[in-house]
Amino acid sequence: MAHHNQSPSEMVKKLGWLHKVLAEESDTTEKEMTDFVKQQEIISGRDPEISEEEYFINMGPQHPSTHGVLRLMVSLKGEIVQNIKPHVGYVHRGIEKMTEKMTYKQIIHLTDRLDYLSSTINNHAVCLAVENGLEVEIPERVKYVRTIIDELIRIASHQLWWGVMGMDLGALTAYFYGFRDREKVIDVLEKNTGARLLHSYYTPGGLMRDIHADFQKDIKEYIKYQRNLMNEYDDLLSNNVIFRERTEGLGIMTREEAIAYGVTGPSGRASNFACDVRKQHPYAAYDKADFKQILYTGGDSFHRYKARLDEIKESMNIIEQLVDNIPEGSYTAKMKAVLKLPEGTYFQRVEAARGELGVYVISKGDKVPYRMKFRSPNLSNLGALDKLTRNYKIADLVAIMSSLDLVIPDIDR
Amino acid sequence: MNEKYIPRYDMTGVIQSIHEYFLSVMPAGLAYVTELVLIGILFLLFYAVVGLILVLAERKVAAFFQLRLGPYRVGPWGVFQTIADFIKLLLKEILEIKAADKFLFNLAPFIVIIASFMAIAAIPFGYSLHAIDFDMGLFYVLAVTSVGVLGVLLAGWSSNNKYSLIGAMRSGAQIVSYELSIGLSLMTIVVMIGSLQLSTIVQSQADGWWIFKGHIPAVIAFVIFLIASTAETNRGPFDLAEAESELTAGFHTEYSGIKFAFFFLAEYMNMFIAASIAATVFLGGWMPLHIGNLEWFNNIMDYIPAFVWYIGKTAFVIWILMWFKWTFPRLRIDQLLTLEWKYLLPINLINLVLAAFIVLMGWHF
Repeated sequence: MAHHNQSPSEMVKKLGWLHKVLAEESDTTEKEMTDFVKQQEIISGRDPEISEEEYFINMGPQHPSTHGVLRLMVSLKGEIVQNIKPHVGYVHRGIEKMTEKMTYKQIIHLTDRLDYLSSTINNHAVCLAVENGLEVEIPERVKYVRTIIDELIRIASHQLWWGVMGMDLGALTAYFYGFRDREKVIDVLEKNTGARLLHSYYTPGGLMRDIHADFQKDIKEYIKYQRNLMNEYDDLLSNNVIFRERTEGLGIMTREEAIAYGVTGPSGRASNFACDVRKQHPYAAYDKADFKQILYTGGDSFHRYKARLDEIKESMNIIEQLVDNIPEGSYTAKMKAVLKLPEGTYFQRVEAARGELGVYVISKGDKVPYRMKFRSPNLSNLGALDKLTRNYKIADLVAIMSSLDLVIPDIDR
Repeated sequence: MNEKYIPRYDMTGVIQSIHEYFLSVMPAGLAYVTELVLIGILFLLFYAVVGLILVLAERKVAAFFQLRLGPYRVGPWGVFQTIADFIKLLLKEILEIKAADKFLFNLAPFIVIIASFMAIAAIPFGYSLHAIDFDMGLFYVLAVTSVGVLGVLLAGWSSNNKYSLIGAMRSGAQIVSYELSIGLSLMTIVVMIGSLQLSTIVQSQADGWWIFKGHIPAVIAFVIFLIASTAETNRGPFDLAEAESELTAGFHTEYSGIKFAFFFLAEYMNMFIAASIAATVFLGGWMPLHIGNLEWFNNIMDYIPAFVWYIGKTAFVIWILMWFKWTFPRLRIDQLLTLEWKYLLPINLINLVLAAFIVLMGWHF
């Protein structure tokens, strides 16, 4: 395929749009980066100028608002956040290293464990990379089903995030409402894939098994149910005065910053950074559906929140357009028992629930990859946290972190 | 002022006969001490029972707000769940914090619980069901409950934990600020009554509760009192002192076992006291609902015992406080202080002037 036999740097150049934007912004970001490095010096205690009022606390690795084992070293003056230094690696499982001993079909099951809330989307990235490498033509039916399932997963992920965002801001009731509705999506998926969280439903060349007979009916029922509830979400959180006060105008990320930090997904699009891979580089059946790329110019916590809620609606639109048109056919292409990628490098990206997920494979022609690297959206999104939260209060740190929607196992891998 | 209203089920006779019985079997001084001890034990029991019921009620209310069932395994409808939890807390190890200031660390929970315990003494549960009837009972309740913040501050300071300290400092700023609003909103009604004595306040509502006959100032004062007392009791959306998602557990992070239970219980009792004061001052205390000269209606209402009226009104206010907690997100500390100093306090002051004007013109009933 296109990326066959290219060096990584050549390939990045050919990626085009991102490279171009980055080159334009590199001048302004250079100063930012040196500043950031300086800040890191201070936080490590190397700079003697550190003020006496400043003190450090560790948020995490066990802390209710980091949702996992993220550790933030926060330097505070009173309640004002001065610096944040994230320490990652508490759930590092060496997934990238493990892939080097596994066949491509086995790797699928590992990718579930990256961002466990967008599990099939991770599957999708590896499947597409392998399929493109082998130059296999996959059936239309597979493309449609994959798109629908990916969007269902995206909805489930955003619903969980919505609840958790409420919980982080102290509205515990929202948490249960979010989970109540997520349960319905999970039920649809469970009936079809047999699993509730880590589906491993895709395999290079197609799907693990054909869709359930009730698949289309269930989805239509679910979407009808969910459409009525979007107003409830607005009533409970979006239109709440306290919620507005806690999120509007806080943690503002400009478009330039979003690009410089590589913040993608709804977080990046809330800063008017058009980074939706589904739209920019359509894969699967996304070119068959008519949908909007959600873009906001605010760039604050509230717009990141809005972007995600609107994405739920947009995902439902995509599903509605595709669900009746799933073509008949085989659920998998004819694949060899042992998949061997030809020697070369391969790159594939997909739009995960939190941003752009990239899979970079170097193959030496074996049945296992020579090296596999995941570009995980959460790691880049975490990078912007320090910039976004500086000079805000601890309470805002929690709100802003929540609006970035970090999933820690995806950061650590 | 009207003549004294005496409810249908008058407890004075019973209490009087108990007093006479004690006098007949022992000297006057000893009888007095015995009565004090008995009342103390009675209040302790009441405190424990109300605490247990409120914890269960909170869990049930929260569950229904959140589409859950809440506790339902231990006993019918889960009524023994909090008792089981309490036994568990009693059996738990009390952790010793190495770097903590041990004396203050151990003292803090007692200050918090004693403050709330002392306030109960002045609350009128019914006609003559009143442990101490001060001239300035309302002032006493406000003064005593605000001692509790000392315990919170000490707990945060002595734990030697930064999260606890942040929580305690937040709590200090919050409670000291909202104390003003509580005082001023109650003053609005006190201006109309002309007395701080709680029994007089209840008696003054025999012909109508203050929330009805106090015109607009009373309604405003009631709303402000609800907001301020939510903040005063450190409950959501003003639970910044223990903001779970920010400070893990705030000022009581380092406490375990029964000492933690003290903080926990004190929070619920403070809510109970705040609701009692709201019920007493605004909603007529133990006074039944009377509508003007509608005799048959008033007679029916009189059949309901005074204590039931009191409990019912208090439960209603508690339910509103719980409704707040399980609906709203948490405020930030600066927003909390802005709300108090820039909105509630000026509104309160104007409201007080308005109430004074109404009293001056004799417009209130």
